[in-house]
Amino acid sequence: MDLRRSMLFIPGNNPGMLQNGGVFGADSVILDLEDAVAPMEKDAARFLVAQALRTVDYGASETVVRINPLDTFAAVDIKAIVPCCPDAILVPKVESAADIHQVVAMIAAAEKPDQTPVKIIALLETPCGIVEAYHIAKADPRVVALALGAEDYTAGLGAMRTKEGTEIFTARTIVINAAAAANVQSIDTPYTDANDEEGLLADTQLAKRLGFKGKLSINPRQIDVIHSVFNPSLNDIDWAQQVIHAIRKAEAEGSGVASLNGKMVDLPIVNRAERILHLAELLGLMGGEK
Amino acid sequence: MKNAIGREIPETISGIAAIKPFAGAFTAVPEMARQAPKVKIIKPTDRKLVDSLVEVFKKIPVTDGMTLSFHHHFRNGDGVVNMVLATAAQLGLKNLTVALSSVFPVHAPIIDHVKNGVVTGLDTNYMSGPVAQAVSKGLFDKPVILRTHGGRGRAIECGQLKIDVAFIAAPAADEYGNLNGVEGPAACGSLGYAFPDAQYADYVVAVTDYLGEYPLSPISIPQTRVDYVVKVECVGDPKGIVSGTTRITKDPVGLKIAETAAKVIQATGLIKNGFAFQTGAGGASLATAAFVRKMMEKDSVVGSFALGGITGYMVDMLESGLFKKLMDVQGFDLEAIRSLSTNPNHLEIGADFYASPFNAGCAVNQLDVVILGATEMDTDFNVNVVTGSDGVIMGGSGGHADAAAGAKVTIIVANLLRGRLPIIVNKVLTATTPGETIDVLVTERGVAVNPLRGDLKEKFLAAGLPVKDIQELKQLAEKIAGAPKAIKTGENIVAVVEYRDGTIIDVVRQVEG
Repeated sequence: MDLRRSMLFIPGNNPGMLQNGGVFGADSVILDLEDAVAPMEKDAARFLVAQALRTVDYGASETVVRINPLDTFAAVDIKAIVPCCPDAILVPKVESAADIHQVVAMIAAAEKPDQTPVKIIALLETPCGIVEAYHIAKADPRVVALALGAEDYTAGLGAMRTKEGTEIFTARTIVINAAAAANVQSIDTPYTDANDEEGLLADTQLAKRLGFKGKLSINPRQIDVIHSVFNPSLNDIDWAQQVIHAIRKAEAEGSGVASLNGKMVDLPIVNRAERILHLAELLGLMGGEK
Repeated sequence: MKNAIGREIPETISGIAAIKPFAGAFTAVPEMARQAPKVKIIKPTDRKLVDSLVEVFKKIPVTDGMTLSFHHHFRNGDGVVNMVLATAAQLGLKNLTVALSSVFPVHAPIIDHVKNGVVTGLDTNYMSGPVAQAVSKGLFDKPVILRTHGGRGRAIECGQLKIDVAFIAAPAADEYGNLNGVEGPAACGSLGYAFPDAQYADYVVAVTDYLGEYPLSPISIPQTRVDYVVKVECVGDPKGIVSGTTRITKDPVGLKIAETAAKVIQATGLIKNGFAFQTGAGGASLATAAFVRKMMEKDSVVGSFALGGITGYMVDMLESGLFKKLMDVQGFDLEAIRSLSTNPNHLEIGADFYASPFNAGCAVNQLDVVILGATEMDTDFNVNVVTGSDGVIMGGSGGHADAAAGAKVTIIVANLLRGRLPIIVNKVLTATTPGETIDVLVTERGVAVNPLRGDLKEKFLAAGLPVKDIQELKQLAEKIAGAPKAIKTGENIVAVVEYRDGTIIDVVRQVEG
């Protein structure tokens, strides 16, 4: 399971941040060639990010590069970046499965023969992108996640972006649902006020309740809060262990049906419990035997 | 000869009486009586107020070869040192030693006084700016003595730094010599670094631009130790003395280090009722306090005291009930001044009370944890805070070695890579604080624990902290930035670094150019 609780944007034109991107403990670092970089600096940033991918140790963090949109510098970006072996490319403003097909073709052309295939994360940040979410997620096996970019999306709606986020509720649930249907991850839009820790906490808790598996982040200070929300709680872990115990017991007794506290334990519940335990194990949250 | 941490110390150094090599942080045993200054009499009708520095120079009189002392509470806003030395130059005095607790860029005129022979010696705990650069290039014929804040208090009290005249810049004074630092246009807060000078100098002169009614209140330095009061136009520039507010760093790497440092402190188990803490005013140090504060709030911990240089942030922790007391040897901002003058739990302490190793007990001995910085650290955990990456003097121990020696746990917070340079080296250019008094190094890429503290390492591992061997951290940094070339220095010794107990821990040699 790819862990993407937090995906941290690092400006692609900032050598200091590129060098230190791995120290913040984000599950993914997104080396950004798009919004963080002014048009005049695109060349320099592309070069810096390519060098960073070759030389900087990002530790346990997955390396993702946000390229420019298809109608601007996507082709140049992919050609320069893909041979440097990033784990994934974050494609902005994806609006259709055709966009993904185009990106896949470019990536395939740029990959070295023995290279691990570069994954794709689709950033949906237009009303069209939201409408096409499911088809985008299903467009190619390289697509591993859908991410929501709410700033551009709200502008596309002609709505005002608020901290409460009422205006993006529909988009959020569509992205989550499409991703779940296509069996890929859903990643929530960043919380843009880096100084408002309480707001970030509330927004991240909402994202988790709705079903997102992680959140984009624009500041390293946000990582701990985001992780604290997406990490399974001790209650979660306890519950999951009981579920698995009930299933094993039922299997041992030859019964087809397991139950926990009077409720039937069916496959989706088992899947959820397994996911929690797997996450807990990955994160070293499992204590001794219960 | 080599001292206990393997630094080469010459048998003799011109201008230094007897060289005792550093032998271990708690090895030296004092065998002397305290310094006894002249006994004074002042008759009921005598007045202390004099009209000018020239007059006070003549009354004392100040003569060739004397040691004049000053405090650094006015930092880069100080006007008094330059004023006094200009007076000395005007009167044709020569061969003076300046004992100024810290030297700032504003003190650049010292350079000309040295060139003209007015000043021939410097005794300080920290220096930055043009004087420090000039010293590194061989400004003085005899080496500058670099002490610690506690060591200066000790040297004064033990008669090793004998002060003929202490000129004490006083934000507020009355005509009979009572002084405080909390009133007047140049208010700086605590006057702690001037306390030993006032106690042990042969003559004490207060220089002020604000005369309050007798008796002044509060009194930091009492009339019983002050011989003369000189009223001048202006003692300093408030903009260089205090900052309006002290801000916590927003640098993400600094915050990462601070957060890790706070987790390190938590893992020591020392964050509990009675917690005693010292941290610096800058960068990651203050940010560490912010993370520690959250932990204290979460667990409803009430600390005993915070010590050292006091900022508004520590004042807020006092007023929020997170610490019961502040012990303030130096204030950094307006909030620290306000609190010192209004809150009885905000205590003003002297440099000797703060950190002198040779008295019946200093405050750093009561610390649980201190957070300190470093410009360089070696794999034996020795720290350099004196010279920069070019070998030029850019700081000094201040209270670094003192607090490190006193605290139960001493934590260095530092970027593993400072600019393009790794912080960890095989051998620091200048050893300031011995590794035996440093317990933990916290960087953005991991935590190294002094092998002497196996107990801490176990706790940190149990807490899931990213503990690495110091060699491993060094290699990690060198993998990114390469190993820096050793700095070339000349033979001439421009400064001796005295450990707090009076032994010599290292020397600083001249840089080229």
